[in-house]
Amino acid sequence: MKAHQANRFASILLWIGAIAILALLVAFLTLILGRGLPYLTAEFFSGSDGVRGQLFNSFYILFLSLIFSLPIGLGAGIYMAEYAPQNRFTDLIRLSTESLASVPSIVFGLFGMIVFVNMFGLGFTILGGSATLALLNLPILVRVTEESLRAVPRSYREASLALGATMWQTLRKVILPTALPGLITGITLVAGRALGETAILIFTAGMNVSRILFDVNPLAAGETLAVHLFAVKSNPLPGTNSDQIADGTAALLILMVIVFNICLSLPSRWLQYRLQGKHRG
Amino acid sequence: MDKIVVKELDLFYGEQQALNSISIAMKERSVTALIGPSGCGKSTFLRTLNRMQDLTPGVKIIGQVKIDGQDIYAADTDVVLLRKKVGMVFQHPNPFPKSVFENVAYGPRIHGETDKKKLSEIVETSLKDAALWNEVKDRLHESALGLSGGQQQRLCIARLLAVGPEILLMDEPTSALDPISTMKIEELIAELKDKYTIIIVTHNMHQASRVSDRTAFFLSGDLIEEDITSVLFTRPAKKKTEDYISGRFG
Repeated sequence: MKAHQANRFASILLWIGAIAILALLVAFLTLILGRGLPYLTAEFFSGSDGVRGQLFNSFYILFLSLIFSLPIGLGAGIYMAEYAPQNRFTDLIRLSTESLASVPSIVFGLFGMIVFVNMFGLGFTILGGSATLALLNLPILVRVTEESLRAVPRSYREASLALGATMWQTLRKVILPTALPGLITGITLVAGRALGETAILIFTAGMNVSRILFDVNPLAAGETLAVHLFAVKSNPLPGTNSDQIADGTAALLILMVIVFNICLSLPSRWLQYRLQGKHRG
Repeated sequence: MDKIVVKELDLFYGEQQALNSISIAMKERSVTALIGPSGCGKSTFLRTLNRMQDLTPGVKIIGQVKIDGQDIYAADTDVVLLRKKVGMVFQHPNPFPKSVFENVAYGPRIHGETDKKKLSEIVETSLKDAALWNEVKDRLHESALGLSGGQQQRLCIARLLAVGPEILLMDEPTSALDPISTMKIEELIAELKDKYTIIIVTHNMHQASRVSDRTAFFLSGDLIEEDITSVLFTRPAKKKTEDYISGRFG
């Protein structure tokens, strides 16, 4: 009887936890979107202090940082999961990536400022911002890649190798496709962080927006939406309605992340469905 | 003619010796069953024949394994070609999370076949040879993971036949299957032995006597006895074999 009661008690607790999370999310979204959505007009984007430049910069920096971090992060993760022997050296690499993953982002920001802004003398640039963001995301990418590849059953590797496939063929045609949903989750995670990252970009990409619209010059300064939100709130320009801009920007940021996640996760769901077949959940 | 000749094969996992000086020959187009209690080395031995054992870290192999007169542990052996010739079916069905068609086409594709028509032909022939065609011909493009366990195992056999092997290694291929699926696999083995040299590891002595021409009995890393199946089961030469097949241990 006691076990039964404990079971019920535990179920109720877990339910409460789940509902609390959902309630928090709903409250959060209602508040932010409710306050911000009314300001999201055409004027908000393309007016005299419109945020279309910042919106563009957010995605441009995200894109560049992924270009820098994906090849290295995926490569290192694949190496760690498939090729690396188990020894002190790989333990050390694993420990390093874990430590890097827990470094506060502002430390990365200051590091980026010292290296890109001062040492290389670039000043505040989109390039420096993206590269520093890539540094922030690298350890997570390595970690997620390694975990996703390790989750692929050993029996798939054996089957492929026993058919005379090389390690590279096995990796490309069996392991990576099977691990893809996990990899996409990881990329969504780091992309979300990149879209929302502020501390790093304040020190590396700066708080100015190019006068040219959609300036793809990587050596220009590039304020992103998240940095804009910080700038507007912390140091309101006289004569502008900073509260409205901030509310609108916050809502826009949230919408952006939601849309971005959906765009990445739908293909992943579809792929998983195709891989696993209709008969499995 | 002897297809496989093994001479004084020792295998070590680190310091521990798992196979002691195994010598055995297997004839072309015959079925050899390897029996013995768990941990006797029968699966370990099987995996030396296509060098899958190489994938286990810390394994050391001494001795000679000749297939068609070629030493497969010689330095100039191409492991890819070896594994193409010596295919393997595993204990648990392990189809890829791809469609039925893609599973069978996988092998030919990695070995360079790109012609769509040719691939379709190979897939159809292989599935027919594995006695699976009639059950899956209408769902070739559905995921292989939706098939039953027995169908999955026959799909794995079809996938293997598609690369054109000469030797089939089967590592307890029916231990995860129900009796009807087991029967179908056994019937399939009887058909396949007209074309292939088959070596099957099984813990089921009835299965060994049903499907094999010759049987080898392994015990703690030693090959105790190897003979014509009916002889080994009725008049074993060694006391240990007799004890095992009469159920006195194991």
